[in-house]
Amino acid sequence: MTSFLPPSERIWWNVPVGKQEIVWIGIALVWCLIMFFMMPYWHIYGKQNLSNEAYQTTPAKFQAKVDAMVEQYQVGEEAGFPIVRPPAGSDVYILGRLWQWYPILELEKGQSYRVHLSSMDWNHGFSLQPVNINLQVLPGYEMVVTMTPDQAGDYAIVCNEYCGIGHHTMLGKIIVKEK
Amino acid sequence: MSQFRVCPDTGFYFDKSAESLMKANAVAGAVALLIAGIMALGVVLTRWQEVHLLPADLFYQVLTAHGINALIFWIIFFEIAIMYFASSVLLRTRLAAPRWAWAGFALMIIGAVMNNVAVLQGNSSVMMTSYVPMQAEPHFYLGLILFAVGALIGCFVFLGTLVIAKEDKTYDGSIPLVTFGALTACIIAVFTIACGAIILVPTFLWSIGYINHIDAEMYRVIWWGLGHSSQQINVAAHVSVWYLITGVLFGARPMSEKVSRSAFLLYIFFLQLASAHHILVDPGISSEWKVFNTSYAMYLAVLASMIHGLTVPGAMEVAQRSKGYTKGLFEWLRKAPWGNPVFSGFFISLFTFGFIGGITGVVMGTEQINLIIHNTIYVPAHFHATVVTGTTLTFMALTYLLIPLLFRRALFLPWVAKMQPYVFGGGMTMMILFMLGAGTLGVSRRHWDMDFTGAALSFEYPGTAYMMMAVGAIGGVLGVVGGAMYLTVTVGSLLFGKKLDENAGFLQSFGVPMPASSYNIEQPERLEMASKVVEEHGDGGFEAPGTFVLAMALLVCFVVYYFINWDYLSSVWPLS
Ligand code: HEM
Ligand SMILES: [Cu+2]
Ligand SMILES: [Cu+2]
Repeated sequence: MTSFLPPSERIWWNVPVGKQEIVWIGIALVWCLIMFFMMPYWHIYGKQNLSNEAYQTTPAKFQAKVDAMVEQYQVGEEAGFPIVRPPAGSDVYILGRLWQWYPILELEKGQSYRVHLSSMDWNHGFSLQPVNINLQVLPGYEMVVTMTPDQAGDYAIVCNEYCGIGHHTMLGKIIVKEK
Repeated sequence: MSQFRVCPDTGFYFDKSAESLMKANAVAGAVALLIAGIMALGVVLTRWQEVHLLPADLFYQVLTAHGINALIFWIIFFEIAIMYFASSVLLRTRLAAPRWAWAGFALMIIGAVMNNVAVLQGNSSVMMTSYVPMQAEPHFYLGLILFAVGALIGCFVFLGTLVIAKEDKTYDGSIPLVTFGALTACIIAVFTIACGAIILVPTFLWSIGYINHIDAEMYRVIWWGLGHSSQQINVAAHVSVWYLITGVLFGARPMSEKVSRSAFLLYIFFLQLASAHHILVDPGISSEWKVFNTSYAMYLAVLASMIHGLTVPGAMEVAQRSKGYTKGLFEWLRKAPWGNPVFSGFFISLFTFGFIGGITGVVMGTEQINLIIHNTIYVPAHFHATVVTGTTLTFMALTYLLIPLLFRRALFLPWVAKMQPYVFGGGMTMMILFMLGAGTLGVSRRHWDMDFTGAALSFEYPGTAYMMMAVGAIGGVLGVVGGAMYLTVTVGSLLFGKKLDENAGFLQSFGVPMPASSYNIEQPERLEMASKVVEEHGDGGFEAPGTFVLAMALLVCFVVYYFINWDYLSSVWPLS
């Protein structure tokens, strides 16, 4: 009974190690290394990676960029939200605030957009459904992610970071159109 | 002055003040678990969309109370009791500075009550993570800070006790493995509490207006230094308890002290790193850092858990085989005492922690895979497999072991105790599996309404997501029943359990020492080193072939599930 007795050697490092453990440690270590190298591998060969691009910002500055985009590219309106159709390849902006994702974007399938995300107030969670892409959105930080919608349809942005009593009403929308 | 008693059944020595402190901490933990369990019922019945029990404000309030009482108060009170056990009882020594220990306990109680009052008042429904700039009442933070200071005092009492044992030479050689594991937990705890202080003290000052801004990202980074590392305290603590239970039940000795202890050392070296896996999809944190950090520097801490995953059941297998259970690969396991809740609780915990908690944790902690999992209900499902069917169930099993030794009472309603690990473990596993599924379908965590009632726009989750949340909730209700069974048995034992010692009265159950005459030993005999075993390697050196097969099964599940998730990731919109 040694799990709660001092080990049989004064210096525990000198206790012998069985073959079975060595084999298992070897196997487990190889697996750990494979998992480790999968991440850099995916950065090089995978298609779903986050950029490291982010800036410090303020709610006022970010709001101004969003407003400029809405002004220039608004094409319609739905449920009080402007629908905005910026040119393919451009910088597009989505802001999170209590309790909206603003505005609604209309994107073109197969084109890439530099999506900028920030919050006006608290933490929010950008959860694009049903694709299931999830990003943390913070006040004071502007994150840039290049997204390439590869299927047409209507997508919802659920807020999945708790942001107070209206959290469950915080839904946004992205429309992806065929060319 | 005599201050020890010996347990006639097991030969463990109990120091008078350590005994009282262990009882008091364990009872306080159980009270926190009771609150958490009642809250859990509200949470789970609201997330079951067809039932949708609570209104939104109450749901968030109850969820905040659930998380804090369960994860912080229940677990840490219990861990303090374990630390005192692993130091004073296992090393046969008196506890260092009992007055300080009581002061720490008092602070923890005051802190826990203060925090609960804040949440109850309704203006602090900020979840246990309390991300700024959402603000709670000042006493919400102050309560947490006081609790942490109290726990820190407990850590120092533990360390002091180790020093006393060494000076008094109460044992020969090195400290036992279980104590070593508890020491690991303690070291991580000190780091954790330091992170907690760095972030919660300024947050408290901010809530009373002395500081006007706290950066939202900085908060998350440092908070997770606390939030993540504290989970590693739990892992180190419950792994130590696993070793203890295999030792007590089977007389098992660790397969190799060197391997098991090195694995604990890996925890100390690498676990603290891991806080970044909570901020994998946050802005402003570089990929290089994420890759290094989330892999805990190349998964060396995961390696440590995989090692314990082999050596814990392996030790049991070797012990069982030496008793003659040698038929086939698994006779040792089939003939284990499945009717003893100490064993069944331990084994269910080992199994679910490894197969569910471990695998899902590593998968979702992978930098890119986190994109399809972050903040979905998958996350709570994962950590209920680690912290509920893992840590909590282990602590429940340990309670059944300790009630006779520490409280000197027989188990009340032993047949309920016998079923409890199955009901609790089974129910929670059901909840966990279905919520993992719902998370994969994108269902959000911390979310009152998957119908989005009142939103200007609309979205509908697939029917399967509703079905999974409902079945998961039924599992959750079963889990709450299992939790209630545990509390019935423990509280019942303390109040009505048959006295194994005539002096174990009502007050003694809550920490009052027995009469002085019960403590009739001045200084226990010195603890001798374990005898050497002659290494006999049957099976070409594979002493525990059944365990090895189980470990390989785990690995296969792990590999398959890992790559399934990469495959799923590759199907979402390209991002760069
Ligand atoms: C007794 C059975 C239990 C049930 C049925 C249960 C159920 C749940 C559910 C459904 C959630 C997720 C709610 C959501 O995000 O919308 C949750 C959250 C949580 N649970 Fe439990 N739980 C139980 C026990 C425990 C225990 C024993 C612990 C800790 C040791 C625990 C710790 C937590 C924590 C930390 C959260 C996260 C709270 C947050 O998001 O801030 N739970 N629980
Ligand atoms: Cu929200
Ligand atoms: Cu973590």
